[in-house]
Amino acid sequence: MTGEFALWVFLSRTPLLWLTVTLTAYVIADRISAATGRHPLANPVLHAIWMVGLVLVLTRTPYSVYFEGAQFVHFLLGPATVALAIPLYEHRKTVTRVLVPMLAALAVGSTVALVAGIGTAKLLGVPDPILIALAPKSVTASVAMGITSALGGDPTLTAVLVILTGILGAIMVTPLLDRLGIRDYRARGFAAGLAAHGIGTARAFQVSEVAGTFAGIAMGLNAFLTAVLVPLALALVR
Amino acid sequence: MILSLTLLLLCQLAGEIVARAFALPVPGPVVGMALLLAVLALRDRRPGGLPAPLTDGTLERTAKGLLAHLSLLFVPAGAGVIGRLDVLAAHGVALAVALVVSTALALVATVYTFSTVARWTGR
Repeated sequence: MTGEFALWVFLSRTPLLWLTVTLTAYVIADRISAATGRHPLANPVLHAIWMVGLVLVLTRTPYSVYFEGAQFVHFLLGPATVALAIPLYEHRKTVTRVLVPMLAALAVGSTVALVAGIGTAKLLGVPDPILIALAPKSVTASVAMGITSALGGDPTLTAVLVILTGILGAIMVTPLLDRLGIRDYRARGFAAGLAAHGIGTARAFQVSEVAGTFAGIAMGLNAFLTAVLVPLALALVR
Repeated sequence: MILSLTLLLLCQLAGEIVARAFALPVPGPVVGMALLLAVLALRDRRPGGLPAPLTDGTLERTAKGLLAHLSLLFVPAGAGVIGRLDVLAAHGVALAVALVVSTALALVATVYTFSTVARWTGR
């Protein structure tokens, strides 16, 4: 018994175990996603995180201990964002041809994401301090948390809302836009990246490289525009 | 592949420095993406004399290998969310409704604006 316990103490404290748990959960979730023909509800982010969450709860592992191992995966978000330049460069002719539609869609989409978010919450009686944390929810987590902190909101709440928005957007985008009969993968990808940041972009890359490329552009542009718009929008509702 | 990863990291590092030095509202890696775009444009203007991995498609394969599993990279942060769902406690339902409504509206508004303007401009 003490031997097993010593093994557990060793394993639970090395990055190896939690890195392996993260990759295993993802591989299972990705297999399910592939087996269902990339069905929106089989979203690999959604299913991998509840599997990891379950392991953490069952083993009573604090998140900080888990993250010491998982941080190596988390770190790769930076290089992956830089890597978006590759498909963007390869599709540059397709992209520059639709510069005007992209900028128009950015202005409208970013405003709608923001106003509809805080507007709906305000109508449902959500108090002002929480509206601050909700406002930047469509933007990539690091930027959104920065916006919230600068305005005196709770960045942890923002992080939760950002991830939930990403998963929701990634699940909704395909059935919603199929129903509307939109077949333009430039527009569909751009919408996914704008409304659901990196998780929407990951979904877009599952569907097509063109969609993924436009999602990556929308994610970058919306980070910039939302940082400018959030203080304005909050001044209006207060 | 190591050279390609090094180039990605160099762009990210330079991006972080620029973003912080000028207090830009965009994250360092996004600036790094713009820098890598510039590097690619310069490379194709003068392809001679560069190490092979940067010109023979290795860089492209490395980047696409990372992007093919972009979902994986959100798992560590996402797992943190599971433990913090308590922050939603008091307004969970209202916030859930706000997220669903605003995300759906944002998707529809963006996609319609994009396709309408693309039609107007004949693209």
